[in-house]
Amino acid sequence: MTPQPRCQARTRKGERCRNPAGPDGLCAVHRRRAADAAEPHPPAPGPPEGERSPARETAASVVHSPGPDPGPDPFGPLLDWAEEALEFLGRRLLGEYEVDEFGHDPDLVEHVLAPLLRPLYRRWWRVETRGLEHVPSSGPALVVGNHAGTLPFDALMVAVALLDEHPAHRPLRILAADLAFNLPVVAPLARKAGTTLACAEDATRLLQAGELVGVWPEGYKGLGKPYRERYQLQRFGRGGFVEVALRTGAPIVPVAVVGSEEIYPMVANLRRVARLLGFPYFPVTPTFPALGPLGAIPLPSKWVIEFCPPIETADLGPEAVLDPMVLFDVTDQVRDTIQQTVHQNLMRRRGVFG
Amino acid sequence: MGRRVLVTGAARTTGRRLVAALAEDPEVERVVAVDDLEPEQPFPAKVEHLAVDLRSPAMVRTVQSAGIDTCVHLGVTAEPRAAGGRVSMKERNVLGTMQLLAAAYHAPDLRRLVLKSTTAVYGSGAGDPAVWTESMTAETPRHGFGKDSIEVEDYVRSFDRRRPDVAVTVLRLANQVGPTVDNPLTRYFELPVCPTVLGFDPRLQFLHEEDTADVLLRATTGPVVPGTFNVAGDGVVLLSQAIRIAGKPPLPIPEPLAGRVAELVGRTVDFSPEQVRFLQYGRVADTSAAADQLGFLPKWSSLQAFEDFASRLHRLITEDQVLRLEHEALNFLRRAVGRTTQ
Repeated sequence: MTPQPRCQARTRKGERCRNPAGPDGLCAVHRRRAADAAEPHPPAPGPPEGERSPARETAASVVHSPGPDPGPDPFGPLLDWAEEALEFLGRRLLGEYEVDEFGHDPDLVEHVLAPLLRPLYRRWWRVETRGLEHVPSSGPALVVGNHAGTLPFDALMVAVALLDEHPAHRPLRILAADLAFNLPVVAPLARKAGTTLACAEDATRLLQAGELVGVWPEGYKGLGKPYRERYQLQRFGRGGFVEVALRTGAPIVPVAVVGSEEIYPMVANLRRVARLLGFPYFPVTPTFPALGPLGAIPLPSKWVIEFCPPIETADLGPEAVLDPMVLFDVTDQVRDTIQQTVHQNLMRRRGVFG
Repeated sequence: MGRRVLVTGAARTTGRRLVAALAEDPEVERVVAVDDLEPEQPFPAKVEHLAVDLRSPAMVRTVQSAGIDTCVHLGVTAEPRAAGGRVSMKERNVLGTMQLLAAAYHAPDLRRLVLKSTTAVYGSGAGDPAVWTESMTAETPRHGFGKDSIEVEDYVRSFDRRRPDVAVTVLRLANQVGPTVDNPLTRYFELPVCPTVLGFDPRLQFLHEEDTADVLLRATTGPVVPGTFNVAGDGVVLLSQAIRIAGKPPLPIPEPLAGRVAELVGRTVDFSPEQVRFLQYGRVADTSAAADQLGFLPKWSSLQAFEDFASRLHRLITEDQVLRLEHEALNFLRRAVGRTTQ
């Protein structure tokens, strides 16, 4: 597929905008911002060319004109926030945003999803992230992590770490189980967050497009394991992720997450209920389902996310895919790296909630 | 000697456009338009209208006798009610194709066969890859148009094997929209409210009617490129986004009731049941093969195509209203803040 040109503009945080660009090299969002910025402060009579509606101009000019006193205004940030929020709502109401072919919606991530997850990352779990220098600033890479904690918050926190703390603010394209795309409400949110189905086709396509892809090969076996088996990595699937990395030549960046095991300590699994609901497991934690919805609040454990040095696959060559021994070796290497890093960070951690 | 082209399903929007374009082409000597429906506007003078069903013997005689060198099969329909019920629709789609191919097998001058197929052959499901390429095979759609189209493609492929001297081009088109398009999906967006499946927001692709006409014309009169190609506008549009661009309020229906509602809605928009799955899971196809091999780049992106179609709709929520609200809310905040700072 010919890569669709991306918007040339930078977002407010200085990242590259990922929206598809129109003929002028800008996406719909930034085209309007550029038109707004180019406009002189007093109300301009005529709409500039390429603008969809004169009404948008009037609104923008009112918004951008400075008030009577341009002195320090304590409400300035609040007004800026309100302006941005209202602009966002307006865009959503009119459908003026663009998603990529996987359904990734950077506008929604920036304004809704990331702000929702950020407090969990910063305050609730006080995530400490190390080794971000091991994640390339551009080009494809496959981030592979350990999976735990009943709900896939570990994947989301790794994504927040890369979006907020990586110098290139890279969006992580998470590969998820098909259950995620079958559940109402979850399905469209997953797509909009940039998640796609964990299958070789999608992973290959994303890596070929130069994206940063995240995979948790333990799947449900890791996510739904009982608390007593915490921090013991499960089988790493059948090594499909290594195959994809070899085919595309993308480096594998192992990531070890400590803290996710304690958020929902699963003491039992109600298999029958799970089967009835079509879920892979139905967790019983000390608080859930005993306390009802309150029990669904995760425990505030202390988290450490560590990215390990990348394992290069490009020098093995794409023919290595045909050799099952190579696949097993690389899979084990990734798994051992994560397991060791998890143990090191566990030793270093003062306490579960430290 | 000029080209002699036979077009089936010629009386509907797409067919009419293609037939008109072929009639204007000086390279084309003869155009035979087959459709048992009367076209809304009469065909150009050069066109011979054969008002018969594909399954009739007259059809067979024409294909064999008129020295047809190119056959364009547009006669597969997605509208059960217009076709006289689902059973009749299947008869027309599948048996009509079989008859056409049987006749074509004995047509000595035939060199090119173009089939208008659909991306519906990929079905729609939660476990689908995000983007379909032509070589992937789906968990087969079990109903309606998608299933018919798979069967039609199978017969065409088998024809391809038996007549290696005929170049077969299969075009899998995404959902068509445009100012004059009238199909179940466009009628859906013309409803006063758009029912959706609660908690789902599928990715859709659209193809503008001008691009549909272009790609069919290119496959018919352009260089011979055998193969199967997905054809769709660039990019994707989410259903929620499309509904907002159409300016309609969405009406989310819980999944268990969706079938029931679809039945009701189906009476007005001529829906078939698999369309519900389409509105739940959507579908996106990779169009790079069409770009690389067929050399076809659509002029309209999915979003542009949809916006062009939506401009004819009566919007319940307009851009001006939203912008005025945005503006008023900001001014209100400004005033409120201004009062407290002074």
